[in-house]
Amino acid sequence: MPLRTGYAVAIAQTALALLLAPGLVGLIRWLKARLQNRRGAPVWQPYLELRKLFAKEVVVSSNASWLFRAAPFVVFASTVAVAFLVPVLAVPLPFDSVGDLLVVVYLLLLGTFFLALAGLDPGSAFGGMGSSREMTVAALSEPTVALAIFALALGAGSTNLGQIVARTMADPAAAVSPGYLLAFGALFVVTLAENGRLPVDNPATHLELTMIHEAMILEYSGRYLALIEWSAWLKVLLFFSLLGNLFVPWGVATVLTWAALGWALATLLAKLVVLAVALAVFETRVAKLRLFRVPELLAVSFVLAVLAITVSFLVR
Amino acid sequence: MTGLTLFTLMIGGYVGGALAACLFARGALARWLAGVGAITGGAAALALGGGRLIDWDSASFTRIELMGKTSIAGSLQGAGVVLIAHPLSAFFLAVVGAIAIPAALYSIGYARDWEGRRSLRTPGVMLNLFLLSMSLVPLAESIFWFVLFWEGMAISSYLLVMTEADEPETVSAGNWYLGMTQFGLGFILAAFFLLLPPDGSGDFTALAKHAATLSPGLKSLVFVLALVGFGAKAGLVPLHVWLPSAHPAAPSHVSALMSGVMIKLGVYGVLLFGLRLLGGGPAWWGGLVLALGAVSALLGVLYALMEHDLKRLLAYHSIENIGIIFIGVGAGLMFLSYGLPALAVLGFVGGLYHTINHACFKGLLFLGAGSVLHATHTRNMEEMGGLIKRMPRTALFFLVGAAAISALPPLNGFVSEWVVFQALLGGATIPKREVAVLMPVAVAMLALASGLAAACFVKAFGITFLGIARSHEAEQAHEVPASMQVAMAALALACVVLGAAAYAMVPALARVVGGLAGLPPASAVTVGWSLGMPLSAPGAVGQISPLSILLGLVVLLAAIPMALWLFRASRALRVSDTWGCGRIAQTPRMQYTAAAFAEPLRRIFAALYRPTEDVSIDFHPESRYFVQSIAYRAHIVPWFERYLYDPVIDRVIAWAARVRAIQSGSLHAYLTYLVAALVIMLGLLMLWGS
Repeated sequence: MPLRTGYAVAIAQTALALLLAPGLVGLIRWLKARLQNRRGAPVWQPYLELRKLFAKEVVVSSNASWLFRAAPFVVFASTVAVAFLVPVLAVPLPFDSVGDLLVVVYLLLLGTFFLALAGLDPGSAFGGMGSSREMTVAALSEPTVALAIFALALGAGSTNLGQIVARTMADPAAAVSPGYLLAFGALFVVTLAENGRLPVDNPATHLELTMIHEAMILEYSGRYLALIEWSAWLKVLLFFSLLGNLFVPWGVATVLTWAALGWALATLLAKLVVLAVALAVFETRVAKLRLFRVPELLAVSFVLAVLAITVSFLVR
Repeated sequence: MTGLTLFTLMIGGYVGGALAACLFARGALARWLAGVGAITGGAAALALGGGRLIDWDSASFTRIELMGKTSIAGSLQGAGVVLIAHPLSAFFLAVVGAIAIPAALYSIGYARDWEGRRSLRTPGVMLNLFLLSMSLVPLAESIFWFVLFWEGMAISSYLLVMTEADEPETVSAGNWYLGMTQFGLGFILAAFFLLLPPDGSGDFTALAKHAATLSPGLKSLVFVLALVGFGAKAGLVPLHVWLPSAHPAAPSHVSALMSGVMIKLGVYGVLLFGLRLLGGGPAWWGGLVLALGAVSALLGVLYALMEHDLKRLLAYHSIENIGIIFIGVGAGLMFLSYGLPALAVLGFVGGLYHTINHACFKGLLFLGAGSVLHATHTRNMEEMGGLIKRMPRTALFFLVGAAAISALPPLNGFVSEWVVFQALLGGATIPKREVAVLMPVAVAMLALASGLAAACFVKAFGITFLGIARSHEAEQAHEVPASMQVAMAALALACVVLGAAAYAMVPALARVVGGLAGLPPASAVTVGWSLGMPLSAPGAVGQISPLSILLGLVVLLAAIPMALWLFRASRALRVSDTWGCGRIAQTPRMQYTAAAFAEPLRRIFAALYRPTEDVSIDFHPESRYFVQSIAYRAHIVPWFERYLYDPVIDRVIAWAARVRAIQSGSLHAYLTYLVAALVIMLGLLMLWGS
């Protein structure tokens, strides 16, 4: 039963993504620490954090409503739903026709939407500040994402992720075409913005006036915080998988055999490590931008995406 | 039930409701009878339109000429109201009926507030007449009846806007509305008269036949006139100025009807002219519609972000969504002229799908805003907060509407925007490369608009319903009556169902435009069902499955708490104060405000907004290091009003002052004018007659 195997692989790759996500973020933190001449926490530190948070009691503000308690579940559910759609190990999987790249983007926006609402719920000034800034950055990165999707769809003739991967594998020259490279650059900047990485936001800071994502989730604790942190880490891994597998699809399994899946896992790990190193080096090299300089960075990524499309048109 | 029975029921319901409101001017009976009449009429309209859409070949829905030939002034012949003339009409009739039912139900509870303060007669009568004329506009099959119902709709809605005329704001809003709608009517009439065949028959079929013989230049002129006329009703930028003031001034169920339904009839008008009467045209027609749509979408949401008046914010979002609808329609018209019928269907389907979706979620949001207004007696978001605890059900329904309008999956707003996106992505296949390369601009504008809409609704919902109450009224708020809750619940449910039912909606909507202007016939469009249930609309390059997304999210939401329980996560919970940097007492003033929430975007788009800021600081007389008070005032005047309308209005007033010279007040002088005008007209007629 290939269909049943397909579902099994889809579920397995989602579970794998969930398991790998804390490790990936731990690796990025460790690499950054080494680059900054610190010893750094071990790579598995995020797993310990999750275990600790799940065991702790939750403190909820007396101003908060049911929405504050529901938001972590919505965020986690929407991110896990995205994990079912993103090609992590194999294509094409049965869930491929459930949602395309646009669904991925808007499912992530669903999580951001609820998190931003939850930031406003306890009535603290920090939460509102974080929500306002997070939604601003999310809204401004939306056009770039849409154009990058346009560029990919132009090459592959589809917005469905499995199709894009399959097309690039069939035509390896496409991956090094200027259109794809520019789209990669645009999506990389968006990855930084959407995941609250430097230079848009600093994931390690709790300095009141500069934080974005951390300000929004300041009131969360215990298992709620664990769910939110875990989905944020999963989001990093999913963006890395998108960058790795959409633009450099080699290694992704196209047949569901143990050997192909094993090779896919090995290449996936290699891609994740390469991207983690790139991110760690990048984050060590740049300083955080002022909030009102962030639109300029996003404008750069937007121009990259526009160029990507124009080039795709010209070489077509 | 046959079509005629339903039609009679529809007319009977509305007229009966109006008569009942006329007879009983006050008391619960008046509210209920007017509401029940409107609900009956709306239900019949929905059955009539929806039945036609679902049951295509049913023998019961035949063409019935209701009033026969009517001769007006000897030259114009109206063919009467033709029942279910066209699927396009049926669709818009169904939209009117679908929103009329909850809006009328809502009005029963909402009007209770007026009891004892003002007569219920005008609102009750006008609501029914408004619904009657809106239901008949899409059914009209000739110029005379179309214009008659169109004007009936304009006048009854004007009187509804003026319900609370004791406020000066309302009067100004009404004037703007009346001015713009009559301005639009002038253009619509001009477009109709240019299409009039030599024998003077105003029948739409005759018009379409005559249009085929016109020169391309004249056709284009007709289309542009119609676009301006109907664009003014739809609220396309820059003809939208009446909308943000008129919609909030009206009672909330009327706002829901105006935003949800009435402005959609402008879309109907553009489709009527572009597809049925003119049968498509050159690519620049579509390009113009698409460009106006994209600009409206973006400017609508940008101005909405700056609004702190909940209903004005929603009104600006209507401009945004009308823009999205016109993006779809414009793309459809463009593809049609480039000979890409499958993509054209996709564009029109996206536009029509968003039409019904926007009717549902904007209706819902206006009803929710009305409930908030009902409970707090203010539209200013800065005086709200914490309403989710006092009005939990209203809050839940409003949240559904907010998520739907922000295009969040799996709700209906996302699905229709997805279809529009797919149509625009298909724009890459336009054979003219210099046109195709412009499509990404529209994609980017649509994406930015939907991202900003999400930010705007985080603000609208978050500031209104979450946090701590910012005023005494918000603290004392109470949940609204059951009739209002049921109305909102029905629309919220519709938002979920319309998203999940994409498989049924897409082919049905494809049939609405099927066969028009060279589009593939209705039978050519099918959407397959399979185990994965993907929705692959014809011409789309991607596939999604809205129902599976909905089910998947529900399953995951149920599975996560179970997994937490299974892995024995801690279930302890403690309620405590919000962290306040060491300050113990938290006051509502420490919260973020609506203005603060939108501040980053106001700075980023400062070049567009051109805000004027005014900061005045009162220092302590002894030392400048101590501040006694700070006043900050920021103001934004939309630049259309400043640079486009103000000069025109000034010019008109100056002109009127000059014309006043002939206004002597003497009856003799006026009689002389009359005779002079008559002589001039006769002279002109003699000149032309020969």
